[in-house]
Amino acid sequence: MPLYHNDDQALLADTASQFMGEEGAIAKQLRHWRDKDCPDGFGHELWKQFAEMGFTGILVSEDDGGLGMGNVEAGIVLEQIGRNLTPSPFLSSAVLAATALGKGSADLRGRWLPGLLSGDSVFAVAVDEGPKHNPQKITTRAEKSGNGFRLNGAKSFVVQGASADMIVVAARTSGDDSDMDGLTLFAVPKDAAGLSQDAVRLVDSSMATHLKLDNVELDGDAVIGEVDGGREVLNAMLNAGRAGAAAEAVGVAGGSMDMTVDYLKQRKQFGRLIGEFQALQHRAAHLYSEVEIARAAVIKAQQLLDEGSEKAELMVAVAKAKAGIAAGLAVKEGVQMHGGIGMTDEYDIGLYMKRDRALSEFLGDANYHANRVAELSGY
Amino acid sequence: MANLEEFRAETRAWLEANCPPEMREPVRDDKDVYWGGRNGSFSSEAQGAWFDACVEKGYTVPAWPKEYGGAGLSPAEAKVLREEMARINARSPLHSFGIWMLGPALLQFGTEGQKKHFLNQIARGEIRWCQGYSEPGSGSDLVSLQTYGEDKGDHWVVNGQKIWTSYADKADWIFCLVRTDKEDKYRGITFMLYDMTTPGVSTKPIKLISGNSPFCETFFDDVKVPKSYGEDIPGFVGEINRGWDVAKYLLGHEREMISGAGNADRLTTIGAAMKRHTGELDPILRAQLAMFDVDALAFSAMGEKFLDEIKVGKAHPAQPNMMKYSGTELNKRRHELMMTAGGSRSLEWDSEVTRGGKPSREWLRTKANSIEGGTSEVMLNVIAKRILDLPGA
Ligand SMILES: Cc1cc2nc3c(=O)[nH]c(=O)nc-3n(C[C@H](O)[C@H](O)[C@H](O)COP(=O)(O)OP(=O)(O)OC[C@H]3O[C@@H](n4cnc5c(N)ncnc54)[C@H](O)[C@@H]3O)c2cc1C
Repeated sequence: MPLYHNDDQALLADTASQFMGEEGAIAKQLRHWRDKDCPDGFGHELWKQFAEMGFTGILVSEDDGGLGMGNVEAGIVLEQIGRNLTPSPFLSSAVLAATALGKGSADLRGRWLPGLLSGDSVFAVAVDEGPKHNPQKITTRAEKSGNGFRLNGAKSFVVQGASADMIVVAARTSGDDSDMDGLTLFAVPKDAAGLSQDAVRLVDSSMATHLKLDNVELDGDAVIGEVDGGREVLNAMLNAGRAGAAAEAVGVAGGSMDMTVDYLKQRKQFGRLIGEFQALQHRAAHLYSEVEIARAAVIKAQQLLDEGSEKAELMVAVAKAKAGIAAGLAVKEGVQMHGGIGMTDEYDIGLYMKRDRALSEFLGDANYHANRVAELSGY
Repeated sequence: MANLEEFRAETRAWLEANCPPEMREPVRDDKDVYWGGRNGSFSSEAQGAWFDACVEKGYTVPAWPKEYGGAGLSPAEAKVLREEMARINARSPLHSFGIWMLGPALLQFGTEGQKKHFLNQIARGEIRWCQGYSEPGSGSDLVSLQTYGEDKGDHWVVNGQKIWTSYADKADWIFCLVRTDKEDKYRGITFMLYDMTTPGVSTKPIKLISGNSPFCETFFDDVKVPKSYGEDIPGFVGEINRGWDVAKYLLGHEREMISGAGNADRLTTIGAAMKRHTGELDPILRAQLAMFDVDALAFSAMGEKFLDEIKVGKAHPAQPNMMKYSGTELNKRRHELMMTAGGSRSLEWDSEVTRGGKPSREWLRTKANSIEGGTSEVMLNVIAKRILDLPGA
């Protein structure tokens, strides 16, 4: 498969770009909800529009009423989300949770997916247990209790947890904290007794929670996939999420870079446009190269995921790391090349910097994924 | 697609039958590379057999049309051949500036007669070419070149000096940028073709920091260059005084080649190999290797994307500059890390275990990657100007 978008995908990209540029624009969404101190950090109306556009069903199979598309298509929407800094539950609901649910029973899918398709429901995922992403180690426990399970533990960085109707929780049903086997994924409804969340606002104005599970009782049918066989579902979910986050990061990088290059063509100092200074030209050209390479890595990872290739895991790690590095460079150069105005809240470039921080931390930063690349390569 | 799969099966069978096992071993030193030319000689029987088989099949230049010595493969077929050769680690049968540089220029700008004559010679490895662009006073600012060809009717008399001419001392012919109009900087250069044995041509090898002497100073002292070598075979490419157009086109190719984009599928990671060679890795080095491998794998996806986009005309015309910049900087980093991982062993300059100081010599050689064919700084200038459209660039 060639590493560029086919005609259908190009059409989707146009649609997503136009939609996000209008409806998802920074002033209309990010700043609006931020300045209102909105407890969700995003607009439910926009989420409904996502559903009307069909975006929320991209990764839902046709049998379940979705579009049955792939990670390439989800990434197309995410790149536009990144470019416009559009706050939405797309990544956690329509990519992460949808991928996990896709591996669940017909009952589970029937219970949760219609809400996603209509834009009425929001989902979150609870994997991390400390300040750094480390899904190798899961200490949250689920013990057999009657026909179901009793969950105890704590999770953090549960993005949009407080807005979610259902949270996908990774818990240990057997084995030691760092065992590969013995994990199980659960679809936990928001009103489950014993579930409590502390919401925190993050640097990018998005909302996340610290989540506690205190003897949360769940039916057996809340299990996604196999009991003790959750690692496979978890990996599938995380890889889709990481490829998605990488696509969003490429959007953040592209948006930030374009804004910066435009500024270089407008701002005058020493009687010249600052874009005439070779010191800045070279940095901008280097940045362009890095962003292009990141974009290539991301589409390669998406395609391999969609093909079910065994090389997908490695390339997803590459993509998440590279996109994080490129976007990090884009926002840092962006603020610096804007000078003083880059430090003002009024100007958007700083918003890119904040979003990049949160996004690159989400599901593993560049160090985490470079380490994955080393491990998967055998060193 | 079914056809492609058929082609893949055929290619696999052909390679199985024709690529000798020795030609599937990694290249160890200069002897393992065949450059052809009047004085070319094979270092082994297998090398000769592999070369002959490829010439016969058109596989020294698979994508060139059959009438010019190629196999007439479509881009997709050529990719399959590349993949199949990479799969068995087949060596390239022929290294040649004729294939990489002059050929593409002739395919684009040559007359039918030139193509038939020169391209077939190149495909069969009969003539070894060198590139006469740079001069002592004209490097990055190539268009300022001074080597002058005085018009004498049916020929020019060329005087001047080139420098950094790779393999000039081993080449049979030169493609050379010569000023033919002193009044017009850009439209006063002619892209000439001539025999290195012509009286007045002399070369003087220059020793590099790697200890090798792959390039030369090249002197032209009243060299008589014919305007024609026979019917429809002009002694210049394109039009007289419009050689800059050809040179610019060709630089695009050269940049693509040096970037390694064409071998993206062969660009490998190094961390695992370094661990095998050195045992336990220092944790900081391991981290640097991991970061490198991320960049290498991402760049190889970029190479693949770039080639896919070129095929359908989607790539930005200035994108080869970005590929060259990123690819060469990456390669320099690769060799820095390999030297570090190798430790004192990789410092050995002519020992047997290092096969004559291969690690250090290659490390030094890579420093030229970001100079030859346009420096990294010049690449960044071009990206800034042509892709980002920055002012005054
Ligand atoms: C291994 C090798 C093989 C080669 N083979 C050939 C060959 O076969 N044929 C041939 O003709 N040539 C060949 N070259 C020459 C090569 O093309 C030139 O070296 C190259 O174009 C740079 O020119 P220069 O060496 O004069 O450096 P300069 O142009 O003098 O550059 C010196 C420094 O100044 C920087 N610089 C120059 N201009 C600018 C600018 N506008 N903005 C910012 N920085 C700038 C450069 O980036 C560089 O860092 C070869 C070179 C090498 C190293």
